[in-house]
Amino acid sequence: MLRPRIIPTLLVHQGGLVKTVGFKDPKYVGDPINAVKIFNEKEADELVVLDIDATVNGAEPDYRMIANLAAECRMPLCYGGGINTVTQAERIISLGVEKVALSAAAIERPALLTEIAERIGRQSVVAIIDVRRRTGMFRKGLEVTTRNATRAHSMTPGELSEELERAGAGEIVINSVDRDGTKAGYDLELAAEIRERVKVPLTILGGAGSLDDIAELIGTCGTVGASAGSLFVFKGGLRAVLINYPASEKKDQICAEGFARYRA
Amino acid sequence: MIRIIDYGLGNIQAFLNVYKRLGIPAERAAEPAALEGARHVILPGVGAFDRAMSLFDASGFRAPVERLIAETEVRVLGICVGMQMLSEGSDEGQLPGLGWVPGRVRQIDSLKKAKGLPMPHMGWNDVEARGGAMLFDGLDDLRFYFLHSYYFECQNEANSLATAEYGDRFSCAVSNGHVYGVQFHPEKSHHWGQALLRNFALI
Repeated sequence: MLRPRIIPTLLVHQGGLVKTVGFKDPKYVGDPINAVKIFNEKEADELVVLDIDATVNGAEPDYRMIANLAAECRMPLCYGGGINTVTQAERIISLGVEKVALSAAAIERPALLTEIAERIGRQSVVAIIDVRRRTGMFRKGLEVTTRNATRAHSMTPGELSEELERAGAGEIVINSVDRDGTKAGYDLELAAEIRERVKVPLTILGGAGSLDDIAELIGTCGTVGASAGSLFVFKGGLRAVLINYPASEKKDQICAEGFARYRA
Repeated sequence: MIRIIDYGLGNIQAFLNVYKRLGIPAERAAEPAALEGARHVILPGVGAFDRAMSLFDASGFRAPVERLIAETEVRVLGICVGMQMLSEGSDEGQLPGLGWVPGRVRQIDSLKKAKGLPMPHMGWNDVEARGGAMLFDGLDDLRFYFLHSYYFECQNEANSLATAEYGDRFSCAVSNGHVYGVQFHPEKSHHWGQALLRNFALI
């Protein structure tokens, strides 16, 4: 059987690892390579590393950092941040990265995903969609954002997921801006909606505060990628930094619980 | 010494890292001459079938590897698209494959029960190995990381070393003589993959 993927997402800011809340207030949590080494030991399913500076600064991806991460990483690695050309995507894959993730560049020009998929195969192309729930008087409902949630887009997350899948994404990551860093649980309603609409593998990020939240997500979506930042870098309510990841037996138990709920 | 063929595709560094950890000598073969006297050769591969085949054909590696297979006891291990290249051809492309293992590469979607499942097949999948398959020696509770939309359909059951189930069962490890192929990524499959790559070095 295919197992759900439980995936730490690490954010890189000014060369260090950080964790944000609502895409703001980055708190330094350590050195990227050191974190990769710990997740190697814990046999994490996959790893996502996002450089949150590259796109907003209009900078090239930091190839030296990516090469170092890829060389250290014993699990599949997905890199995102600052990719807006086919050449960049190819270069990153050649450094030993399994998947490249695009957000702003793909949303602004979906054909870029097509071009990248033609070169590296769609299985290695990931589209990340940052979603915010608006609750204001005039703007209600789900809104797609890019560039660290500073720009809004008119398409709904559902429409956009379908469009990016058509364009060439082999995986869709839905990242909840409001849940980011809150440990309040995944936005299950949003996850269920996107699962209905796309056929490619789906990964949900934002809000996981406990392993039970992951079981709940599996209960909603079945086989899914459950990604988290805070859950795997902090321990306890005071946000003390402690890189952690469930042991194999624990992981099996979470998945079994999730599937029991999914079938129910 | 394990030689990993660098014809412009695949994560060669990841294999070198695993073998370094295992204390088994391995090196990147950047040109055909580097295969001289090789006992173990790894053929990596990612992306589209035709692109991988045309890069490999253009690299000048093909004839020397075929000569090694014909004249020596060299062991060859194809990984992911490198495994698919061992076939006679793929539904993904037009170019013929290497034809080193009888079979053809098909879309997973064409498996009846796999229709409707998320595609590509991505993530950790349980694997069932045939008894006595040396690649899987000493390993239990097998699971490996997969990332693909096509699979190897063996012409003869005897060439299938292991299967995985995604909707339907399909061959995820094949062999023909000393030529082996695995669809999953041992270089990214933690201790399971490390053990498989060690086994390959010992065959």
